[in-house]
Amino acid sequence: MEQITSLVQIKGIRDGLLATFSDAPWEDQYLSLLAQIGERPAFFQGARLAIDVGSQILKVNDLVDLRDHLSERNITLWAVISESPTTEHTSQLLGLATRISKPRPQEKTHVDAASDDTALFVNKTLRSGTRIEFPGNIVVMGDVNPGAEIVAEGNVIVWGRVRGMIHAGAKGNRSAFICALDLSANQLRIADEVSAMLKPQKDPKPEIASINSEGRLQAELWHTG
Amino acid sequence: MTAQVITVTSGKGGVGKTTAVANLATALAADGKKVVCMDGDIGLRNLDVIMGLENRIVYDIVDVIEGRCKLKQAMIRDKHYPDLYLIPAAQTRDKNAVSPSDMTRICNDLRPDADFVIIDSPAGIERGFRNAIAPADRVLVVTNPEVSAVRDADRVVGILEAEEKGSPSLILNRLNPTLVRNNDMLSAEDVLDLLGIQLIGIVPEDESVIIGSNRGAPVVTDAKSRAGQAFRNIAKRLQGQEIPFMDLEQQGGLWGAIQKLTGRK
Repeated sequence: MEQITSLVQIKGIRDGLLATFSDAPWEDQYLSLLAQIGERPAFFQGARLAIDVGSQILKVNDLVDLRDHLSERNITLWAVISESPTTEHTSQLLGLATRISKPRPQEKTHVDAASDDTALFVNKTLRSGTRIEFPGNIVVMGDVNPGAEIVAEGNVIVWGRVRGMIHAGAKGNRSAFICALDLSANQLRIADEVSAMLKPQKDPKPEIASINSEGRLQAELWHTG
Repeated sequence: MTAQVITVTSGKGGVGKTTAVANLATALAADGKKVVCMDGDIGLRNLDVIMGLENRIVYDIVDVIEGRCKLKQAMIRDKHYPDLYLIPAAQTRDKNAVSPSDMTRICNDLRPDADFVIIDSPAGIERGFRNAIAPADRVLVVTNPEVSAVRDADRVVGILEAEEKGSPSLILNRLNPTLVRNNDMLSAEDVLDLLGIQLIGIVPEDESVIIGSNRGAPVVTDAKSRAGQAFRNIAKRLQGQEIPFMDLEQQGGLWGAIQKLTGRK
């Protein structure tokens, strides 16, 4: 028992409790967490819990199951911190935070990945409620539907229709651009510039949005060559 | 028999989930299928009212889960179709009284004795929604041709895809062909273009739906209603039949004129 309970480390942080999972099988750790809660119900009563799952790849069902079990014990799961983009995406779908105020020590490795030529390739349509953040460029093969958000520190290229929100150059890079086959987004941002609403086009043509010489965010037809 | 479990959901409230469940269940029963419908909206139950079975409720789904009655005791037989049953939600409890595994267990108990189990999901994407989709073999997403309803439907489709429930089918409810023609309403093409899922039926706006709901007699039992016809067609498609989509524009042409003469709307 002692060995099992030590699989998950629980400590207090500013925003509540943080449970740190190791790389052991998810099922074991999950049971270990519930066992620890079972031993000290009064301590956990009404707690806000964040979990750091390391590189575990978790499906919606895993997190939903955990969240339901926690809520039965009157504990709110509010954040999931993960190194796995799949798990982060899952957490975002469930409306859970993926950052807590105290940065992870490993965050450095993310920044290293953000050189000019790294890109995240997203091979599907982004539906409402999906948020994708990446410290480099983002390429989407599919549409960006209303209610979806893309935040990139570099450029954003969408091979499809953009009707959600896109923020390129999110850390202040004013030379970032956004291009798409149909750029009828309800809002575009580059660095700290925010565009007005773009009109849906009758006959959409590929467009590129960037900050022009007057410092305004502007979309224009994408000329080849 | 092994029942197919179908969950009807939407994200946004008030788009016609419960109406769709009552009508599809009734239409399937009218086609001779054995159907059980379940109200997943614990705490805000409606399906019993729409089906006109409110005063027959003795036990509900929470009684089954908490062991106060057998599953059969909570199954209320419909007034007209002997092979149509309703398992009502509890009105005095909340969503936390049921878990996804409870729903899966109850559906597995129902599977051997039914052709279809249809679950009415509550609005939202929280616990009640999770409960409703947990046992589903197939999911129908109901939306209206309104920007807000479509955006919520899109979110739900995204969650269903993430949960590996397969791509859901779409019921577009309360379409008004006149408004669409005047460009005052999203068209079926606009909605499908955005959601990118398979369409299983378009239900035209029809006041007989409201009248039917208030009387506790789902509109599919009204042979003249166009919305009723649309639901009957969806029920046929659920049984695997190929049914062509209705021509919603027929009000305007020669057929509309004949309808006016004969006093039908």
